[in-house]
Amino acid sequence: MTAADFWPHPSRRQILTAAGATFAAATIPRWASAAGARDPRLVVVVLRGALDGLSAVAPIGDPGYADLHGALALRWDGPHPALRLGDFFGLNPAMVNFARLYDAKQALVVHATATDYRERSHFDGQDVLESGMPGPGRVDSGWLNRAVTALPAGERVGGARALAVGATAPLVIRGPAPILGWAPSGLAAPTDDLLARLMDLYDHSDPVLAKALQAGLDTDRLANRQGMDALKPGGDVALLMRKAAEGAARLMAVDDGPRVGALAFDGWDTHANEGGATGRLAQLLGGLDGAFAAFESELGPRWNDTVVVAITEFGRTARINGTVGTDHGTATVAFLAGGALVGGRVVADWPGLEVADLYESRDLRPTTDLRAMLKGVLAEHLGLSAETLARSVFPDTLGVAPMKGLIAV
Amino acid sequence: MSAALANLCVRVHLPVNLVGVNYVRRGALTTERTMVAAEGAWTLAFNRFGLGARPGAVRSGDPRQALFAELAAKEGARIDRSDLSSTPKILQAVYDDDWRRKQERDRQDAARLATLAMPAPSVAALLPPSPLDAAPPPSMMSEPRPEQQVFRAEAQARLGQACSAPIGLVERLTAFWSNHFCVSVAKSGICRAAAGAFEREAIRPHALGRFADMLRAVEQHPAMLNFLDNAQSIGPNSIAGHNNHAGLNENLAREILELHTMGVGSGYSQADVTQLATILTGWTIVGRDGKLGEPGAFAFNPNAHEPLAATVRGRLYVEDGVAQGESALADLAREPATAEHIATKFARHFVADAPDPALVARLAKTFRDSDGDLAALARALVADDAAWRTPAAKVRNPWELTVAAYRAFGRSPSDPGPALASLDLLGMPLWRPGGPNGFSDDSVAVWASPEGMKTRVELAARFAGQIKDAPRPTALLEDVLGPTVSSATREAVARAETREQAYALLILSPEFQRR
Repeated sequence: MTAADFWPHPSRRQILTAAGATFAAATIPRWASAAGARDPRLVVVVLRGALDGLSAVAPIGDPGYADLHGALALRWDGPHPALRLGDFFGLNPAMVNFARLYDAKQALVVHATATDYRERSHFDGQDVLESGMPGPGRVDSGWLNRAVTALPAGERVGGARALAVGATAPLVIRGPAPILGWAPSGLAAPTDDLLARLMDLYDHSDPVLAKALQAGLDTDRLANRQGMDALKPGGDVALLMRKAAEGAARLMAVDDGPRVGALAFDGWDTHANEGGATGRLAQLLGGLDGAFAAFESELGPRWNDTVVVAITEFGRTARINGTVGTDHGTATVAFLAGGALVGGRVVADWPGLEVADLYESRDLRPTTDLRAMLKGVLAEHLGLSAETLARSVFPDTLGVAPMKGLIAV
Repeated sequence: MSAALANLCVRVHLPVNLVGVNYVRRGALTTERTMVAAEGAWTLAFNRFGLGARPGAVRSGDPRQALFAELAAKEGARIDRSDLSSTPKILQAVYDDDWRRKQERDRQDAARLATLAMPAPSVAALLPPSPLDAAPPPSMMSEPRPEQQVFRAEAQARLGQACSAPIGLVERLTAFWSNHFCVSVAKSGICRAAAGAFEREAIRPHALGRFADMLRAVEQHPAMLNFLDNAQSIGPNSIAGHNNHAGLNENLAREILELHTMGVGSGYSQADVTQLATILTGWTIVGRDGKLGEPGAFAFNPNAHEPLAATVRGRLYVEDGVAQGESALADLAREPATAEHIATKFARHFVADAPDPALVARLAKTFRDSDGDLAALARALVADDAAWRTPAAKVRNPWELTVAAYRAFGRSPSDPGPALASLDLLGMPLWRPGGPNGFSDDSVAVWASPEGMKTRVELAARFAGQIKDAPRPTALLEDVLGPTVSSATREAVARAETREQAYALLILSPEFQRR
């Protein structure tokens, strides 16, 4: 039995959505045709730790998927069925709001996508993702900040300060353009993930510190449990994401508020006990889903002119590992939501999941340059020219053409 | 499988990797051991004897010689800054501020009494005065007290000196002696204002000098005389004692014997405490009136001094005036028990919570033989093999940890606020110990407590979250903790999910927490 028997389309290399034809038509950016009427908002959410795209938006129609992703694989049936994004892809059931927006043509997914970074270090991958530079280590400024800087003077987007959410401004929004910083209270607290890693380190090398820290955490947990029953284990992560998004959206909803914002959510490095339709990753995705919903509801009428983009430094291995998780990989998904989008589709040049199809026989192969999507959003939504994008926003990317047709005319 | 892929698998599957690393190490044992030992010595130099490495720290040559070089700069402990005043000038500002506030309160009290005495002009006068009426006017209320500003400036100077020191041994010595002879800002406005000046004037000039000189400078400093109540102590047979109901206060004399010199249970008696207290009567601070000298300075007040001769530790002190106390202190500095007490504390602070008795004995001998030469004591510690052989089992105290964290990222705080807040949360508020015995030198039991470790994690996460433009975490780890860092720590930092998490793990790693 070969993959071809199950393949829904004659050609493997094909954009899976029906929207391909409309892309070419969307050549006139909306800002140009309706200058003055437009007041776009753009939010970039950085998912740090490398999101498993195959568990977030599962290629259930691919015959190789269920086997590779094993216990983590999403299914059409069972107690937690995936949410349908067409016949081929299923969305993680934790993302009900995103599914609703998708059906309303206000959300889309880009799959099998990655930057040009091909190693597997989080830090370096994040550097490339956020700086927009051709290699790691150049961390003076991020592409979103440079995009704001490149906008014509007097533009409303460039006129207001860009919003940076979190104790530290994410690299993507740092740079010469002035930034407004805001952090929801509690965001800087140590995450469960940091604590787990630290306990693991102490268990290996310092039992005295391990014992003391464990006792301290136990006391803390007891105090919290007695204090507030509402906080379920792991539930606070989702709560923090929603609070961050709500606060950011409120700031961006006001007339003279920021038009551009950036947030970073940590915790996606799911090496062990990743979970599939339920579990750790599903909780995180539920948090991200709540953030999308918070932007939608808090931005009010502005939502119609908004794009929220969620991106991650790279994907994870197609095959699950020995600890029911996934290790660092290459291609993954990007989520886009917002009323300004031509949504309701998954944009992908699907590479397939046979061993020969996989990048280095282990990862989903990248077939769409993530920067093409980002350049497409910046071009059509904010009105930046392809020349500017290739010169100062994503230097040395003349060969990466902005993706067309993402934004509704 | 490509080489890169093989590497990755090794990184991911830790148990397999450990086997591989052990194998490689065993194969290269003979050549590697000497090198690692030398590099491990540099890490010890930075962590055990100093305040942690900064990025780009030089690790070549003999670390002992580098430490000796720091000790050789005789004035290296001093802080000379134009924005910091002498104790008398600081206390004069405090006196003046107190005076102005008192005048204002008196004026308001008088005004209110006058209003109440008049027939009620309206219903408003029948209402109780609002709390605002009782307070000084807004202009004075909003003005920070001078001791507040001075404290922050002094804290900033101390942080700056600690963060910029090459290795930091001299700053560690300063902190050790300042804690040995501690005052607490919780005592009074005078202590709050003068705590920093106390360290600059009584501790730093002698940190590489003689113990006896430091002892005298400490016991004659206004901050100490206020902290341990000697400024108010009056000899029963003095002129003031005859005219006054106030009398002797033994507090300072007791702590000199129990904490500053011989140590508790070392053979002095209650009579020694009382006699020393009478000897120290008259050691006081000049008041605002300036009757005894420059306001805010140390003064000997003959009217409060017990005129009789006194015996301490079997020695009779017959001198007149301040010389009597100075003579007694000089003898206490030479007591064998003092050498023992200092040597034990010194070794416990720097080397181990339960230090090697032989090391303590050698340090005590140095102290005695050099007549309390504190640079010689520090050199003896650095020269002693036992101080290098002992495993790094001590936990950095909050001051050392906070400074080391700034240093590791090549920073020096521009504002002392966050560092001071960290020290408060970690249980070691600057110049505010719980008692005259200072903060404990026992590190693991005191600082690696459950609550303490939890707070360390929270603060490290917050600190790491605010780091911008720092080097790659793996490179920084090598730079700051050297090549001897464990593979477990290396893995944890290299595999961290974000830069911030990697920096937090670096700070929280056993190699960074311990010294």
